Amino acid sequence: MRRNGPLALIFHGLFVIFMLAPLLIVCVVAFTPEGYLSLPTRGPSLRWFRAIFDYPEFIRAFRDSLWLAALSSTIAIMLAVPAALAIARYRFPGREAITALFMSPLMVPHVVLGIAFLRFFTQIGISGTFVGLVLSHIIVVIPFALRLVLAASYGIDRRIEHAAISLGAGTATVFRRVTLPLILPGVVSGWLLAAINSFDEVTMTVFIASPATVTLPVRMFLYIQDNIDPLIAAVSACLIAMTAILLFALDRLFGLDRLFVGSGKG
Amino acid sequence: MSGLVTQRNAPFLLTGPALLVFLGLVIIPLGMTVLLSFYDWGQYKGIVPEFTLKNWIEVFTDSYFFEIFMRTFRIAFLVTLAAILIGVPEAYILNRMSPAWRSAFLLVIIGPLLVSVVARTLGWALLLGSTGLVNQGLIALGLIKTPLEFMFTETGVVIALIHVLIPFMILAVWASLQRLDPQIENAALSLGAGRITIWRRVILPQIVPGILSGSIIVFALAASAFASPAIIGGRRLKVASTLAYDEFLNTLNWPLGAAVATLLLVALVLITVGSNRLIERRYAQVFE
Repeated sequence: MRRNGPLALIFHGLFVIFMLAPLLIVCVVAFTPEGYLSLPTRGPSLRWFRAIFDYPEFIRAFRDSLWLAALSSTIAIMLAVPAALAIARYRFPGREAITALFMSPLMVPHVVLGIAFLRFFTQIGISGTFVGLVLSHIIVVIPFALRLVLAASYGIDRRIEHAAISLGAGTATVFRRVTLPLILPGVVSGWLLAAINSFDEVTMTVFIASPATVTLPVRMFLYIQDNIDPLIAAVSACLIAMTAILLFALDRLFGLDRLFVGSGKG
Repeated sequence: MSGLVTQRNAPFLLTGPALLVFLGLVIIPLGMTVLLSFYDWGQYKGIVPEFTLKNWIEVFTDSYFFEIFMRTFRIAFLVTLAAILIGVPEAYILNRMSPAWRSAFLLVIIGPLLVSVVARTLGWALLLGSTGLVNQGLIALGLIKTPLEFMFTETGVVIALIHVLIPFMILAVWASLQRLDPQIENAALSLGAGRITIWRRVILPQIVPGILSGSIIVFALAASAFASPAIIGGRRLKVASTLAYDEFLNTLNWPLGAAVATLLLVALVLITVGSNRLIERRYAQVFE
């Protein structure tokens, strides 16, 4: 295979600038010492980062988002593991339809899901509660959990399980000591991808969040709707820095290409 | 397997919990939303559970709604087109890099996917404003005299959505490039084919399925995008999803909002399932 020519590298350079520019500008503006949106030409200042602590609603929303991501992705993975094992191992009537159903939250626009949950939760009286948020997030993150566990389940050599059974291990023991360790990489990466997607979800959540329970992206979205100032840039910069750290850790642990590429619709 | 768990019922016991959750939390709420779109609504009486077609008649006959749906699909089409024109060459360039450079740049390309879409769109709002860096740069270069309007325009929404969605295109195309045998390219080269001929006759035909599946994803996500059009487009430039949001949370006309949402869902399902069918039939041999 031939190497990239100079034209290709210029194209690539411009593309990288395009991808990074909006993230960098947020981080730069966050350090402004002025009271309005501007580049920090008089030197950087931490004024707006300190200001975040005067707005407890951002801190509270951040804490709620973390809890929501942890809870919903844990429940999602507990539902996804048995479902993935069934889909990977058995040929049963309705198998394709069931798989398509579990993947459908990727297809249904999140606006529509948000509206459906708002209507449903209002009817059953849990609108605007944390329970409602968890239930709705389980649904939107299940496809991510299922896809990675499914990929891991297809790769298992079932003879190892048969060996365990022939040595007298019961169903529970086989699962705990043989199957689970074998699919563990898929379970962990599936959980992580589910948690990240839950943390970032805004379109559906904006419909069912209430002033009492609101996630960080929704709080930021509602704030931007009113006005854009250096404070929101500082909050976003913190989020970008956190994601960057997480990204490097993930790349070291799993390899990003393994986590994303070949997984089709992300 | 022992006791009550048998080879026959095992798959249903294993998928059962997830199935029940999906029945209760996807099928029933979606069904209720479709039903809601046939309910009556009034400023003072609120939602009245009486069957009426008035929301659907309004959505299909009022030119206001037609304009918004046209805008939604026009934006989605432009974003998809741009994602192909930029994403395909970029994936190809990425594929030719050494593994070390490639994984470094993959971080740059996939990374933004993990950053909240609100933070990314805020970046574009800062860049594209009338005193933003893009306008300042263009004026400094002498290309324009007065600032260009990006905020509250379709151009601005398209630019922000390209940034948000192009990683999906690159990942889809790159996945199909990886399946390509580099020796085929060398064979064509040794037989005297020029660079353009190789691209058109050797590489492109093999990655078309990847481009098409990437396009379906980008189109579907662009047509249902919410946060970017809401922030860049503002209240003036509405798309289908922000229209549904306004009907639900500002006007409080839930039945009309439900009709808009149902129409968006049905239109997208028809487009994506239809084009998937078409691709699978046309490229059946590639998928085997």
